[in-house]
Amino acid sequence: MKVRYRALHPFDKEAEERHIQEDHGLHPYDEYLKPGRIPHIWCPGCGLGIVVTAFIEAMKQKNVPVAQSAVVSGIGCTGRVAGYLDMDTYHTTHGRAIPFATGLALVRQDLIVTVFSGDGDLFAIGGNHLIHAARRNVNLKVICVNNFNYGMTGGQVAPTTPIDARTSTTPFGNAEPSFNLPHLAHAAGAVYVARWTTYHARQLVHSISQAFDKKGFTFVEVVAPCPTGFGRPNKLGSGLDEMRHYREVCEVRNGADPSEVEIRLREKIIVGTFVDVERPDFMEHYQSLVVARAQAKAKSKGKGKAA
Amino acid sequence: MGKKVGIEVSIAAAEAVGLCDVDVVAAYPITPQTHIVEHLSELVANGRLDAEFVPVESEHSAMSVCCGSAAAGARTFTSTAAQGLALMAEIVYIAASMRLPILMLVANRALSAPLSIWNDHSDAMMVRDSGWIQIFCENGQDVYDHIFHAYRVGEDPRVSLPVMVNMDGFILTHVIEPVEFWTKEMVGSYLPRFRPLNTLHPDKVVTMGAFGMPEIYAEQKMAHDQALKNSMPVLLEGWDELAKLTGRKYEPVELYRTEGAETLLLAMGSLCETASLAVDQMREAGRKVGLVKLRLWRPFPLAEVRKALSGAKDLVVLDRSISVGAANAPVTSEISAAMYHEPQRPRIHCMIAGIGGRDVTPEDITNMVDLSLKGTEQECHIYGVRG
Repeated sequence: MKVRYRALHPFDKEAEERHIQEDHGLHPYDEYLKPGRIPHIWCPGCGLGIVVTAFIEAMKQKNVPVAQSAVVSGIGCTGRVAGYLDMDTYHTTHGRAIPFATGLALVRQDLIVTVFSGDGDLFAIGGNHLIHAARRNVNLKVICVNNFNYGMTGGQVAPTTPIDARTSTTPFGNAEPSFNLPHLAHAAGAVYVARWTTYHARQLVHSISQAFDKKGFTFVEVVAPCPTGFGRPNKLGSGLDEMRHYREVCEVRNGADPSEVEIRLREKIIVGTFVDVERPDFMEHYQSLVVARAQAKAKSKGKGKAA
Repeated sequence: MGKKVGIEVSIAAAEAVGLCDVDVVAAYPITPQTHIVEHLSELVANGRLDAEFVPVESEHSAMSVCCGSAAAGARTFTSTAAQGLALMAEIVYIAASMRLPILMLVANRALSAPLSIWNDHSDAMMVRDSGWIQIFCENGQDVYDHIFHAYRVGEDPRVSLPVMVNMDGFILTHVIEPVEFWTKEMVGSYLPRFRPLNTLHPDKVVTMGAFGMPEIYAEQKMAHDQALKNSMPVLLEGWDELAKLTGRKYEPVELYRTEGAETLLLAMGSLCETASLAVDQMREAGRKVGLVKLRLWRPFPLAEVRKALSGAKDLVVLDRSISVGAANAPVTSEISAAMYHEPQRPRIHCMIAGIGGRDVTPEDITNMVDLSLKGTEQECHIYGVRG
C-alpha cells in the first residue's frame, strides 16, 4: 500500500536540475564543489569557507586531480565540508573521521586522504584516534579547523576553549585548561605540524600543499572565527572584527617550539610551520617488518618442503 | 501549587532537575538535547544549583561519569539523543545492571545513517533491552512532572534502577508550552533524600562491575529482570502521590475516549496528542475510535495493556521507529506478543509513521486508520512513503 506523497507535493526534478546547472559554473572553484549543495549552511563571518578555498587552491597548485583526492570528515560545522566537495567524501559519525580515513589510506595508497574536521570532533570525542594515527604515522592530511567551541550544537565548551572563555555551558568562564593542538600532534608523532588563522590565507594554502607532498601524518590547525558560537559570548565582534584581531595579534614564528604556542583568550597567537621532519610512515614499517618477514618465512617453508 | 508559565520544555525540564537538587550533571552536547544541559550549566554557574557540572568529551564518558557519581551516592543527571545514546550504549547497560539510579532525559532523535537530527524513537528502541525504567512523555508538563517521579522511583531502595525519560526531540524539546511549576516545598514532600543501597565507600568496601562467571550470570540477569518488574508498584505509588500533589494522574496505560470503541489507536510520546485530535474528529464523524497511550515502556505493563486492548475489533499501532528486516515495528511486536494468548484480541495493524522527523498530522492518523481497516492483519506499513 502506497500513499502518493508526490501527488500532494509535486517535485519537478528537471526544473530543479536545470536551475542548479544554470547557477553552476559561476564560481571559479565550482568544479570542486557539488552543484545543488551550495549555498552552504555556515554563518556569516564563519572562517570555514576560507579553509575550503585554501584546500581547493592547494589541490590546484599541486595538480591533485579530483579523482585522486578523498576527504573524510566527522560531525560538526567543519564536518559539512565532506558534503560540499565534489569528490569522494565521507561524512562519518562524531569523532570517527580518522579511523575511517586510516582504513581508506591503507587500502588505497594512491589516494591523497584528507581528514577535514573540527577541534571538537578531532580532539574531544575523537581524541583517542588522532593520537594513535599520529603515533602510527598513517599517511593522512589532517586539517583541523579550530573555532574553540562546539559551533554546530550552539557553542558549548570544548577541550580547545581557552581558560576563562565564556560559552553556552560555561556562562561565567571556562575553568578547564585547553589543549595546545600543535604540541599534542607533535608529541603524538606527526611529521608536519603547522598553525595558521583564516587571515593567513596564502600561508594556509602553502602549508596544505606542503602537507600534500609529505608522506605520513600531517597536521594543520586553522584558527577560525565563529562569530555566532564563540564570538558572541566573548564579545569578539563580527567575523571581520576577528580577522582584524588576527592581523593584530598573530606572530609568525616558523620552527617555534610547539610547547610554547598555547592560545589564550585575547592574547597573542603564534602561527607558522612548527614541525617538518621525516619518519617512516605506517606502510613503510608494515612492509619491512610484517610483509617482508612473512614473505621470507613463506619462502623458507617452501624450500623445506621442496627438500 | 506552583506557578503556571509559558516556557520552552527543555528549560522547564532543566529547572525541574535543578529543583531536585542534583549533585552531578555530566553531558556532551548533541542536538536536540543541548538546551537542557546549557540551562543546567547556567544554574550551576550562577549559584542556584550546588552541583558538579562535568563537560565531558563524549557521551561514553558522560554515562561513565554518571555511573561513578551514582556509585558514590550522588544524585546524578545526564541527557542525550540518538548518536549520543548509541555511543553510550555500552555503559547504559552497565548502569542498569549495577542498579545505579541515574536519570537520563532522552530527546528522541533518529539514528544515523542517513544523518538526521529529527525526531523518531529509534534511539530509545536501541536500548529497549538495557534494563532501565523507560517512560515516554506526551507533552511538556509530562516531562516536567516525570523528572521528580523518575528520581523518586529510581532511587527508592525497593527499585534502585536508572530511569530514562523520553521526550520527542524538537516536537517537545524546542516548543514553548504552559508548564505548571512545582514549589520547593512540593518537591521536598514528594522526593525524599537519596539514600543509596550500595555505595563505594572506604568503610564498607564493595566491588562493582566485577566478572560474572557462567555460574552466576543468568542468576544476575534474572534478579535484574525481577527488580525491573517489581518496580511497578513503586511507579504506581509515585504516580498516586503525584496526583495527590498536583491533581494530574498518570498511568502506565492511559485511555482516551475508548468507551465502546471498535477501533483503537495505540501511540507513545507526543504522537498521543496528535492522535487525540484525530480521535476527536473521528468521534464527531460518528466513528467508534479510541486512543490508548502507552506511557510506560519498561517495565512493560502487560496486564494493563491486555485489559485496555482486548475489547476492540481492530488496533492500529503507530510506531515511530522501524526494526529493519523484522516482521513488525518494535511496539507492534511487543503488543502482538502481549495479546497472542488472549482469548479475545483485536486484529493488529502496524503503521510506521513519523520516522526521521516526518510530520504526522491528525489527518494522517485518520488516513492510517482507514488504510488499516481496508488491509489485512499483520501487514507492516510505512505510512506516506514515496517510491
